Amino acid sequence: MAKIMEASGLRKRYGAVQAVDSVTLDIEEGICLGILGPNGAGKSTTIEIMEGILSPDEGKVLFKGKPIGRDFKRKVGIQFQTTALPEFITVKETLRLFSSFYPDPRPLGQIVELCSLADILDRDNRKLSGGQRQRMLLALAIVSRPEIVFLDEPTTGLDPQARRNFWDLVARIKAERTTVVLTTHYMDEAQVLCDEVAIMDHGKILERDRPGKLLARHFTGALVKIPKGCIDGALPASGRMVADFLEIQSTNLDDTMRELLAGGINLEGLSIHKPDLEDLFIELTGASLRN
Amino acid sequence: MRQFWAMVYARSMEFVRDRGSFVWSLVFPIILVFGFAFAFSGNGNALFKVGVLGSPPAAAAASFMAIEQVQFIPYDGSAPGKGLASSLDRLRRHELDMVLDLGSRDFYLNAQGKNASLLRRLFLADPAMAGISEKTVTGAPIRYVDWLVPGVIGMNMMFSCLFGVGFVIVRYRKNGVLKRLKATPVSALGFVSAQALSRFIIVIMTSAAVFAGTNAFLHFRMEGSWLTLMLVASLGIVSMISLGLIFAARLKNEELVNGLVNLITFPMLALSGVFFSLEGSPPILRSVAKAFPLTQVIQAARSVMLDGAGMAQIAPQLLFLAVFSAAALAISAALFKWE
Ligand SMILES: Nc1ncnc2c1ncn2[C@@H]1O[C@H](COP(=O)(O)OP(=O)(O)OP(=O)(O)O)[C@@H](O)[C@H]1O
Ligand SMILES: [Mg+2]
Repeated sequence: MAKIMEASGLRKRYGAVQAVDSVTLDIEEGICLGILGPNGAGKSTTIEIMEGILSPDEGKVLFKGKPIGRDFKRKVGIQFQTTALPEFITVKETLRLFSSFYPDPRPLGQIVELCSLADILDRDNRKLSGGQRQRMLLALAIVSRPEIVFLDEPTTGLDPQARRNFWDLVARIKAERTTVVLTTHYMDEAQVLCDEVAIMDHGKILERDRPGKLLARHFTGALVKIPKGCIDGALPASGRMVADFLEIQSTNLDDTMRELLAGGINLEGLSIHKPDLEDLFIELTGASLRN
Repeated sequence: MRQFWAMVYARSMEFVRDRGSFVWSLVFPIILVFGFAFAFSGNGNALFKVGVLGSPPAAAAASFMAIEQVQFIPYDGSAPGKGLASSLDRLRRHELDMVLDLGSRDFYLNAQGKNASLLRRLFLADPAMAGISEKTVTGAPIRYVDWLVPGVIGMNMMFSCLFGVGFVIVRYRKNGVLKRLKATPVSALGFVSAQALSRFIIVIMTSAAVFAGTNAFLHFRMEGSWLTLMLVASLGIVSMISLGLIFAARLKNEELVNGLVNLITFPMLALSGVFFSLEGSPPILRSVAKAFPLTQVIQAARSVMLDGAGMAQIAPQLLFLAVFSAAALAISAALFKWE
């Protein structure tokens, strides 16, 4: 498939902090890419470089094979992690204002319907609740019918229902063949929405692939977890500590249980589940955080 | 173009709905004008001002010219604002109470001057002044409010432009509105021009409203043409907005901008002759004041309203304002950054 964006060798330093460290990231047209990583990993910095908002110390960004220029701004939709809205004007006026910036904006009615803004159209921007604000910011990001949207933690602060509505909305945008790049701290969200995920820490991309492939690469069988407090003796040979848990990847649960019991381990807090992105995230970033 | 007007509209709505600043920008100058009109409606200045040409006789030092309540202002020379003709102009406008021409041994009083008879008595009581003959000019007094109203409106313009453009853009930068706009196809020039135009419309309208509102009751003296006055006001607003844009170009900190704007408005208020004439103040102060756009706006507006000056007479002020605006705009364009 065609690459809509290609970033290569991006580096950005803030004083002593190497916020982005040699990031190379290609994005195929029409996919949803999730960037996951702990706080301060460099997710926002990376996507702001790709949006053309920050200039990197090194590296380059191509949009459809060409360096990003003025034209790019008409084709990109952006939702920053934190943005202020103009004060004293209403949601409707703000939407009109932003519509006026683009040659072929979505009709107001469509955007209102897509982002469920009908109830708050005449409300002053300053009086929106956290979730209403997120919906409004998302509306501003897609008002231009962008070819690619960057959403930086779009669901932070949303209630579970609103989060699900947001998932539907992203699905609809994707159905229009818009490429979506989003950052999130919610692994369930990444699992539902993203065709591919990239896991970042310390400014580097640690892994990047389809969620299923990533899981298959790092886990085999079921995942048995026991809280650290329940273990006083030696660790069983098949297990290892990941964050605060003893973790065992087990292809044969009978054998695993026997091993644990033989080791005199208290099974009180034991859990067994199919490994998911959450586990992968902790596996990758938790492990590297400890060094 | 559509986006330009949308930005002008959004910014103007923001201003109108921000009740506090909107009401204040109308009410404050109106209160000032009425307040001063009331406070100074009585007996005028306690101090007499006498313009003097030629050197006083030695003996004069003893009596009339030693009266402490009289301020003697020399008018010798041919510089603008000096000489007999301009001193008599001032006398006609009641800015001087008397002119004493020791060279040709005449003294002039304004027939409509409140202090004329008192001054005449004081003067004739001095034997050293014997033989100086009395001449009379006439001219209706210019009330203090006539003189004040251009000053107050000019001051209001200054605040409205510097804070409305300088401060507001810095606030946008600080809270991230500018960053959000940077992510759209809007150009910096388009954004800034929209801000400036919106503010221009607002200031022209509030100034006109303040003027009309107070004029309905106080009937200001208006000798010149309204069109010329509008031109002065417009150029004045443009120059103040341009000055405000320099502050808006890069700074991120609202408190810092607030401080800086106060730092430049304070001397302008003090030295531009908003409330009191700088006549008779040290020449250095007056030449410093000339560099302020506010001084030039007020001077030009007063010439038009009080003396009926036309374009030709106020050309130097207009030229100053135009050059000042162009320079300030060039500086702010060179400095401007979204973030
Ligand atoms: N403007 C800045 N000045 C100095 N340091 C910065 C700046 N912006 C980011 N950083 C630093 O760069 C690193 C990466 O920041 P970034 O915002 O990209 O993280 P993030 O992955 O988006 O984190 P979060 O999940 O908390 O949003 C952090 O250590 C941060 O402190
Ligand atoms: Mg972030």
